[in-house]
Amino acid sequence: MNIIKNKKIFLGISLAIIIVGMVMLLTKGFNYGIDFTGGTLIQIKIGKTITVDEAKEIVDEYDKNASILHAGAEKDEIIIKSTLDLSNDDITNIIDKFVEKYNIENKNYQSQKFGPFMGKEIRSKALLSALIATVAMLIYISWRFEVKFGIAAIVALVHDVLITLSVYAIFRIPVNSAFIAAILTILGYSINDTIVIFDRIRENLKLNPKESIDNIINNSIKQSLRRTINTSLTTLVSITVLYILGVEDVRVLAFPLIIGIISGTYSSLFIASPLWYDLKNRESTKTAI
Amino acid sequence: MNMKNTILFILIVAIVAFSSFVAINGVEIGKYKIGKAKESIDLGLDLAGGVYVILEAQTDAKGEELQKLMEQTKAIINERVNGLGVSEPNISIEGEKRIRVELAGIDDPQEAIDIIGKTAQLQFIDSNKNVVVTGKNVRSSEVKFQQSNTGKENPVVALEFDKEGTENFAAATKRVAEKTNIEEKIIYIVLDNQVISSPVVQDVITDGKAVISGSFDIDSASKLATLIRAGALPVEMKELQTSVIGPTLGLEAFDRSVKAGGIAILLIFIFMIIMYKLPGFISCIALTIYTLIVIFSMELLGVKLTLPGIAGLILSIGMAVDANVLIFERIKEELRIGKTVRTSIDYGFKRALTSVLDSNITTLIAGVVLYYFGTGPIKGFGVTLILGIVASMITAVFITKYLLKLMVSITGGKNTKLYGA
Repeated sequence: MNIIKNKKIFLGISLAIIIVGMVMLLTKGFNYGIDFTGGTLIQIKIGKTITVDEAKEIVDEYDKNASILHAGAEKDEIIIKSTLDLSNDDITNIIDKFVEKYNIENKNYQSQKFGPFMGKEIRSKALLSALIATVAMLIYISWRFEVKFGIAAIVALVHDVLITLSVYAIFRIPVNSAFIAAILTILGYSINDTIVIFDRIRENLKLNPKESIDNIINNSIKQSLRRTINTSLTTLVSITVLYILGVEDVRVLAFPLIIGIISGTYSSLFIASPLWYDLKNRESTKTAI
Repeated sequence: MNMKNTILFILIVAIVAFSSFVAINGVEIGKYKIGKAKESIDLGLDLAGGVYVILEAQTDAKGEELQKLMEQTKAIINERVNGLGVSEPNISIEGEKRIRVELAGIDDPQEAIDIIGKTAQLQFIDSNKNVVVTGKNVRSSEVKFQQSNTGKENPVVALEFDKEGTENFAAATKRVAEKTNIEEKIIYIVLDNQVISSPVVQDVITDGKAVISGSFDIDSASKLATLIRAGALPVEMKELQTSVIGPTLGLEAFDRSVKAGGIAILLIFIFMIIMYKLPGFISCIALTIYTLIVIFSMELLGVKLTLPGIAGLILSIGMAVDANVLIFERIKEELRIGKTVRTSIDYGFKRALTSVLDSNITTLIAGVVLYYFGTGPIKGFGVTLILGIVASMITAVFITKYLLKLMVSITGGKNTKLYGA
């Protein structure tokens, strides 16, 4: 496997996904969740599957445009999402009407209300945290390795975040605050993967100073390939189990993590090292002239 | 075969197995009782059920002034919530001008918000609508008993004013007492724009003491006394976000997440044993210890477990496996170039150490930033991620290594196949 030779293909695949995602993003925008747009969310366990129309009979009185989804392993829960700021009394009334109509014994429900400004703030705060984290990591990597490794690792990181955002834009998956926690985790996880390979390159550079950089990179990746795959597999397994068995709130967190881990593995193998190679080469051509 | 080390190894496995059993099932020996870990860990509202409200102060104040305002508001809300009898309410200032109030076990948000937001603005107003004294001048307010005309002991709220209040009250009562018209002799006691008592002033009151009488029972009198003592909120608070989680739904989420975590760990164990044979088995013991460390430190530090926290925990198990995988792959490499098991383990650990450290520290940096700058669920995620990474480094670097060496001395380390070569 010659990664340096095929680097344009690998980069091309990523760019294609990102470009499609960004085009979707610019034309249609994200499908923001309630916690970003502001509104009300009510989740009730009915105990049996009811149709959307049945639920609408109750909900219409409060908001005709509310969307109604099914949730739960047996589809016996419904989630009502309204972009209106329903009053607490309205919420209690809606819940009570369901309880009454379907004879629900244990009141099993949750509701959430978000002011419209919260989302904007969470977003800017998350962006700020991400920026600070990135700069801190760049400093650490530059200190432990060299600046070029740092830059390459950060670009790979940005790549993973962009890929995850693209998948969200393409499939119109709702973006909420759990998604932000996930993006921030991908930040940490993907860098972890990249560092392991860079550590191997650093070691091989020391052991064989005369070897060409192409060979060093290819060998280093080959040597760490099993570890990268095994680790990503185990992490993927745990997150996937969480996705399959988890409740709605956990699933919205698990899904971006799954994409991020796959993308993180891909970028550590096929994006970060070739990028470092290019940065390194630019330096040697400069000194040759 | 080394007898002493074999016994030691079996002992360690037994202790780990016993601790896991205790963590899962709890145990009772005589009068000592160790509860299930599942029940001893504090659960966040999303798992335990309850109400949380985020309120925002409507003010232009900045810096120190704002900080002081928020501290006051928090103290007042605290006092009011305590009057509700909620167990362990959690009231915290979030960011600059937000307050997050978490009340477990309450399921009517409106009731909670009403009590939190009650202004309890107390005013003494004369008949010309002049405000004489306000709640801010009240130094103490408590329940006392006063004999009524019929000789019955009735609860009343007794107030004592501060210096400014005493002076104003004296001046006002003097002015009012001189009036001849009975209508004009009244000083209205108004709470939240509602007249709750309209006593007629007969004499000048100079000692700064007043009594609010009305149709109180002990409960309502003490509630009013508390509200007045706590005073009005210094700023208006607007409800930004409200969340109610029914207690059973939260528990269901918790149970399912715990189940998912258990299955994930089991799958990882199987994977590790198949891939790495004996070291894989060792890593299973180390991972169990890792999980115990994390759960125990969460209990000890009183970290509240939330849903995102569980996700962070499971992710960190994945990363704990990573450290083991890194080390074992290195050991395999050393074995392949013909080194003995003992030297391979030493070299494998030494050479994997830099990548374990560097990769985990970079992730740790992200975790710390998340914890420090994040709010609510993001913070919870950060905490478990930090705990998980630190625990994973400790177990991978020290415990796995120790157990592996113990294993080598037991098996003699002749059979390199057992070690994955």
